[in-house]
Amino acid sequence: MAILNVQGVCKDFGGLRALNQVNLKVQQGTVHAIIGPNGAGKSTLLNCFVGRITPDTGSVTFDGKSLLGIQPHEINQAGVARVFQTPEIFADLSLVENVKIPAFAKRDGSFRMDLWSRVGTHGEITDHAEAVLEDVGLADKLHMHAGSLSRGDKRRLELAMCLVQDPKLLLLDEPTAGMSRADTNATIDLLQRIGERGITKIVIEHDMTVVFTLAHTISVLAQGTVIAEGEPEAIKGNPKVQEAYLGGAHL
Amino acid sequence: MSAATIDSPGNQKAVAPSANDGGSSRADHIKFLIFALAVLTMPIWLSPIGAAYPDLVQKFAIFGILAIGFNILFGLTGYLSFGHAAFLGVGSYAAVWSFKLLTMNIVPAILFGVLAGGVFALLIGYVSLRRTGIYFSILTLAFAQMSYNLAYSVLTPITNGETGLQLALHDPRILDGPAGAGLPSTNLFGMLTVGYTGFYVCAVMLILAYYLAMRIRRSPFGMALRAIKSNQNRMNYTGFNTRPYTLAAFVISGMYAGLAGSLMAVVDPLAGAERMQWTASGEVVLMTILGGSGTLLGPVLGAGIIKYFENIFSAFNDQVLGRIFDFLPEGLQEAAVVLFSPFVGEGWHLTLGVVFMLIVIFLPGGVMEGVARIKARFDRSRSDTAR
Amino acid sequence: MDAVILQALNGLDKGGAYALIALGLTLIFGTLGVVNFAHGALFMLGAFCAVTMQKLLTLSRQIEDTSVTFFKAYKEVPYLKIWFGDTGLLLIDYSVPLAVLLTIPVMLLIGLIMERGLIQYFYKRSHAEQILVTFGLAIVVQEIIKAVFGANPIPTPAPNVVAGSADIGTWLGLGPTLVYPWWRLIYLAFSAAIIAGVFAFLRFTTFGMVVRAGMQDRETVGLLGIDVQRRFTIVFGLAAVVAGLAGMMYTPILPPDYHMGMEFLVLSFVVVVVGGMGSLEGAVLAGFLLGILQSFASMNEVKSIIPGIDQIIVYLVAVVVLQVRPRGLLGRRGVMEG
Repeated sequence: MAILNVQGVCKDFGGLRALNQVNLKVQQGTVHAIIGPNGAGKSTLLNCFVGRITPDTGSVTFDGKSLLGIQPHEINQAGVARVFQTPEIFADLSLVENVKIPAFAKRDGSFRMDLWSRVGTHGEITDHAEAVLEDVGLADKLHMHAGSLSRGDKRRLELAMCLVQDPKLLLLDEPTAGMSRADTNATIDLLQRIGERGITKIVIEHDMTVVFTLAHTISVLAQGTVIAEGEPEAIKGNPKVQEAYLGGAHL
Repeated sequence: MSAATIDSPGNQKAVAPSANDGGSSRADHIKFLIFALAVLTMPIWLSPIGAAYPDLVQKFAIFGILAIGFNILFGLTGYLSFGHAAFLGVGSYAAVWSFKLLTMNIVPAILFGVLAGGVFALLIGYVSLRRTGIYFSILTLAFAQMSYNLAYSVLTPITNGETGLQLALHDPRILDGPAGAGLPSTNLFGMLTVGYTGFYVCAVMLILAYYLAMRIRRSPFGMALRAIKSNQNRMNYTGFNTRPYTLAAFVISGMYAGLAGSLMAVVDPLAGAERMQWTASGEVVLMTILGGSGTLLGPVLGAGIIKYFENIFSAFNDQVLGRIFDFLPEGLQEAAVVLFSPFVGEGWHLTLGVVFMLIVIFLPGGVMEGVARIKARFDRSRSDTAR
Repeated sequence: MDAVILQALNGLDKGGAYALIALGLTLIFGTLGVVNFAHGALFMLGAFCAVTMQKLLTLSRQIEDTSVTFFKAYKEVPYLKIWFGDTGLLLIDYSVPLAVLLTIPVMLLIGLIMERGLIQYFYKRSHAEQILVTFGLAIVVQEIIKAVFGANPIPTPAPNVVAGSADIGTWLGLGPTLVYPWWRLIYLAFSAAIIAGVFAFLRFTTFGMVVRAGMQDRETVGLLGIDVQRRFTIVFGLAAVVAGLAGMMYTPILPPDYHMGMEFLVLSFVVVVVGGMGSLEGAVLAGFLLGILQSFASMNEVKSIIPGIDQIIVYLVAVVVLQVRPRGLLGRRGVMEG
């Protein structure tokens, strides 16, 4: 069953066509990678899923509901969480607070004016937040300032912030960009472990090792259009992909 | 067990309360008790520095409330309002009207002041909070200036323009019964709220205001506000509708200002438009920054420090300076007087400006950061000697 | 009809001052990324350059007043009159325009000192902190001026030749009833000239081109090996000079006092925001637009329909514009957001 269904999405930026008739079906419980050369429209496409950009035409349905014309927070409440290319975290807050906040959003909805209870008395939120942080390997830094983390740790933290919400769909925008080999491998491990929980994921990635290790399905985007889609092995051998994306070089 | 835990081993570890998450409930309450005690005993411990008279301690309390409220918006949520004085003015007008029309009892006056501040903040906040950053600051400034200008011109029937709104003998005061010979005094169910009684009313309000601010700060709502300050974008993608949060913070902050405004009317029942001018808004910004924005105690300290020194410095003149520098030899004494006289009396604002610049440049966390730094140094040197 | 033309001219005059301040604010914001709340103080300092010039030229000596015969009386006679006779008096009469000689170097110096001494340390800090520190600086500057020159407005008249009014009704063929002060016309021409000068400078000089490119994309220009920073420092100095000249020329219209800067600053910030942060054209457009609207709103005919409109028109327009066009009239995307 397709949990995310993208039909005929187009988006122009001042006469420049960023997305052109994009069709995409993401199957429940799978890891779906979107690859393509720089400027192919990958991030733009992801932005259409979280309400940052509204497509000019086309439809985006998630879990049977349209995602178009609704606010980013409503999309999140519907079960879509996103990891950004540059980690978006709460730099002034502690790690555990960073994770508690999305946990509150999941439990209490998009607005609740609870200005009397103490955060600390919500034991199940605290437990859950700390468990997830342990999961991503940040258990020893619970009370550190998030802003003082290394770039790799910030990504891990952001991932924890998404995981604590137990989303139906997780969007990962270049989760290993700028990471060392060791960090990349750790991230792959982590993503594989999450994979076992059955969260559907869409991954944008340049690192082919990551893509071919994780993905069940790969869509190749070039100049705003999906030029190929299929299982990793099929994509590897697809001459059209090699032409457009790899400039003819072999994988 | 749906989303609760993912990999369970993490669950076994003890949940330690952390300093970052706002300290323990116990520590908070001890601090609160100390604060309450300190506020109530101000007339005693402030007397050695010549600040223990009703007019001044009332000001400490009233501006403390204003600054605490401002800090909820600026310190917690990160929205710099340059129009906060408007709510102060509206609170004052509402309170004085309550004195004129209903009763000299301060309870309805305070309630109406808070309500008026809140409603006014709701209207202005609804429009201004559609923007962030400097656009928000300018919008609040624009609204406050509009209110100020209108209070001076077409709204004269409500505000009594330049003269200011005052009590009059023929005011109806429908709940109070027939008037006596002179102007009645504000009271709390018959107990006159002048002098130190007036101060204790303000002090109790300040303590309540502090307690509420403390609860807000430690609550999920307060944590959401801090997160909005830190990264509003992330909040939206995390499933929070930030508009109601910022609006609620704005309204709460406006209600604090309304409370402060009504208390000004309680201790001195008149209201003038100058309370709404943007320089008055600037003053509360100064107080909050000076004390330490984002902290609980800082804004109250800032308000106290500014009001204290305003009082002391503006009373100085060359003779007083001369006496202070009496210990110096003849020539030096005169030089010192010449050097310092631009900074006192009329020049008090110069001192304020210089101190404020120094704070922003070298100590952005204000007095509270300074105290923390000194404490850290002290702790270090103590552990060094212990070793 | 006469009244409409008069108000239009008044509006353009006021708008000229707003536009000149807003232009400087925008230049500083666009190049250095700094929100300068002390810009009104620079305007005020310019006005006090004119006051200083006047005071310098009228430095006097007491000499015996021979016209008083009953007792020994003294009168103050300016040195210039003693030394140069009528030529000296003429110089005194021209003290406002002559103040240019003082204003340009003084304001340039103040601007450079301010940027090097304070502003440069605030590039990387938040806009809120920039606002706060420059706000503090503005207070300090205006209090110093108050300590030196006193709190009262100081009359600084225009030269006698242009003290009267121009017969613009006759020029326009509308009859002799329509007159307008000469100096205000001069101010109008002056502000137009300065605005044109700034735009020409940015458009046609290499320096200006680098500045404009830097406003668009600072990093790229930096990568070209151009020392953007030094140019931006000079831009700050220029903005200070523009604000100072605007203030200096305004003195015959409004006798300067120490807090005139704050009043103009608040309005100029509204102007900048309405025009769109970072847009030079927007700043000029919004300056004139708001100046004219303000003038028309203060006509009795308008006030009788909407009481109090003259008091709030500028702010009201700002609120409406920001709701309809969140980035101001000509604002670009991504400036001052987030």
